[in-house]
Amino acid sequence: MMKKTWQTALVVGASSGIGAALVKRLAAQGCRVAAVARRSEELENLAVWAGSVGGGGEVRPYLADVREPQSVPELFETITGDLGGLDLVIYAAGVMLPVQFEEYDTAKDLEMVQTNLSGAVAWLNPAAQRFARLKRGTIVGIGSVAGDRGRSGSPVYNTSKAGLHTYLEALRNRVARYGVKVVTIKPGFVDTAMTKGLPGLFWLISADRAAEIILTKARKGAVTAYVPARWRLVMLIIRSIPSFIFRRLKV
Amino acid sequence: MLSADRLEWVGGWGEVLGGAGYVFRPSTLQGIRAAFGEARAGGVPVALRGAGCSYGDAALRAESVVLDLSRMDRILSWDADAGIIEVEPGVTVRRLWRYVLGDGWWPPVVTGTMETSVGGCLGMNVHGKNNWARGTFGEHCLEFDLMTADGVLRTVRRDEDRELFNAVVGSFGMLGVVTRARIQMKRVNSGLIEAKAVSAPDLETLLRLTDEAKDRWEYVVGWIDAFAKGRKLGRGLLHFARHLEPGEDAEPAQTLRAEAQDLPEDVLMVPKSAMWRLLKPFTNRSGMKWINRLKYLSGATLGEGAIYRQTFAEFSFLLDYVPNWKRIYRPGGLIQHQSFVPVDHAETVFRRQLEACQKARQPSFLGVLKRHRPDDFLMGHGLDGFSLALDFPVHARRRDRLWGLVRTMAEDVVDAGGRFYAAKDAAIPGEVYRASFREGEIERLLALKAELDPGTVLRTALGDRLLGN
Repeated sequence: MMKKTWQTALVVGASSGIGAALVKRLAAQGCRVAAVARRSEELENLAVWAGSVGGGGEVRPYLADVREPQSVPELFETITGDLGGLDLVIYAAGVMLPVQFEEYDTAKDLEMVQTNLSGAVAWLNPAAQRFARLKRGTIVGIGSVAGDRGRSGSPVYNTSKAGLHTYLEALRNRVARYGVKVVTIKPGFVDTAMTKGLPGLFWLISADRAAEIILTKARKGAVTAYVPARWRLVMLIIRSIPSFIFRRLKV
Repeated sequence: MLSADRLEWVGGWGEVLGGAGYVFRPSTLQGIRAAFGEARAGGVPVALRGAGCSYGDAALRAESVVLDLSRMDRILSWDADAGIIEVEPGVTVRRLWRYVLGDGWWPPVVTGTMETSVGGCLGMNVHGKNNWARGTFGEHCLEFDLMTADGVLRTVRRDEDRELFNAVVGSFGMLGVVTRARIQMKRVNSGLIEAKAVSAPDLETLLRLTDEAKDRWEYVVGWIDAFAKGRKLGRGLLHFARHLEPGEDAEPAQTLRAEAQDLPEDVLMVPKSAMWRLLKPFTNRSGMKWINRLKYLSGATLGEGAIYRQTFAEFSFLLDYVPNWKRIYRPGGLIQHQSFVPVDHAETVFRRQLEACQKARQPSFLGVLKRHRPDDFLMGHGLDGFSLALDFPVHARRRDRLWGLVRTMAEDVVDAGGRFYAAKDAAIPGEVYRASFREGEIERLLALKAELDPGTVLRTALGDRLLGN
């Protein structure tokens, strides 16, 4: 079999965390990467970094806020034109805002929905449409183990990720017939700004290690991949806990 | 913004190169203008595409408007007395010969497949197996209409606008869109040709026999077993053919019917549509080595010296015998490298090419030899010499090595004063390609392009690569 290589990729949510690590790994492999995020300085740094490592890769920065869906179609077309193609799209934008135990802050909650879910719909819809027409391409969405269960601690973060998982599954069912891959990634705890200072972390892996696993899974065209893989068993157990017990647990 | 609904994967015929294109398939001049308009509004270039038979990247460009002219396919007029046909660019060679044959005419130059379009044949200035005798496709075109990227239409006549005519024909769609062409057909007395097959045990003999045959036979084509080594290097089979003289065919009315030309439905009792699946298991070095060896040995024994009659279609369109034969090269696809080398250097250069391929463990699965004559087109590939076309399977892992091999072979061709042919190319580096031209020729093309297409709207992946855009 031919080893799958991507010549061009788009990473949304590229300025930090897993997104930035993915951009670096792709560029180091010789890929031309469009990096989309709000923060220009971080994007410029990535572009400079890619220029310094060699290997034929390239990072092109694009400023955009994923909470503004109306600007996506035109930017998406600009990016495909600039890259001269598009083989891989990764939606890595995500926020987890701190929520107190009995806090009901709708503005905060909807912001998470906008970034984690609505933004994914805005960016992955044109990607799926394009890939289906061209009968090729890979879409990767970065979900979370947190989307597997509705926990009392962060209702809407869980909801946004669960929604993302379901959206990705539905996309996959739409485009699989055209040979397009849609990969749902469910990371556990990854050492990024998002998890900084959170209590009770375990099995913490670096963003770079997460990116490495994600790209391997994407290359294989996996359906759902836990990162690292041991989370699959943990989440199988957690998903199996009956609701009347789960609500009594301190998770 | 261009509509995502127009997106399609637009690939080269060899299935190696390709990209997403915003495809427009106009059927009118107005439709072509509209496509140019949308490209301008979207800020992207326009790549011209005919039937998509070019092996490499000639009829595509990623993320650009791809102007597919296959629906501009009307036959506008036919003068059966003078043998002059007037067609739109999407008319294929298949429709051309089927249309004129019944009146006793045949296209003077045809490609090895009949699926090519007239627009593509002019853009690439294709040649056939009779290049020595009849020149290129463009030499039989009397005039054409050219639409430039600004939508302006002008008629270009060979006799009156020789310079522009000779620049547009063969410059792979860089100057404008040919929207109509008048082409002179050739008178024939029968739908049959007389062919002769001979074998040559080595390259020197193969070239000598080709050269000896070129003035007695209109069509001369050689097949080379690119696996043979040592003393047998360059061994092959030659096929010569000529049209029949009046009276040689007892029933010309029968053989001149288009239906009488249909290619056989079966090849060796296998339905031809299934043939490529049967060949697929042999599409590797050892399988192809045996196929080439068997073909040579059977030709050299059973077929040696045979003189026989064939229909034009059977002789001309070898590539159409096995539909979709290129699929045997999946998933990697294939590229072809065709070099044109002056007579004096042909043997040395081709010998080095065959040896280099074998040494690199990239032997060509199919080698074809032809005899050529010079032409006066600006981007012409004709010269007084021979051409050797080599088909290579592409494997992702060995791709860089194959491209390197092509570069080495191409540099050697340039040193020998040789030339290349855009329709076949996928891998020649631009600087090597440009070095094959005489001083001022590329500059002349670029000057004409600056004049006719000041916005550099017309671009293809091949044009970018070869002209260094």
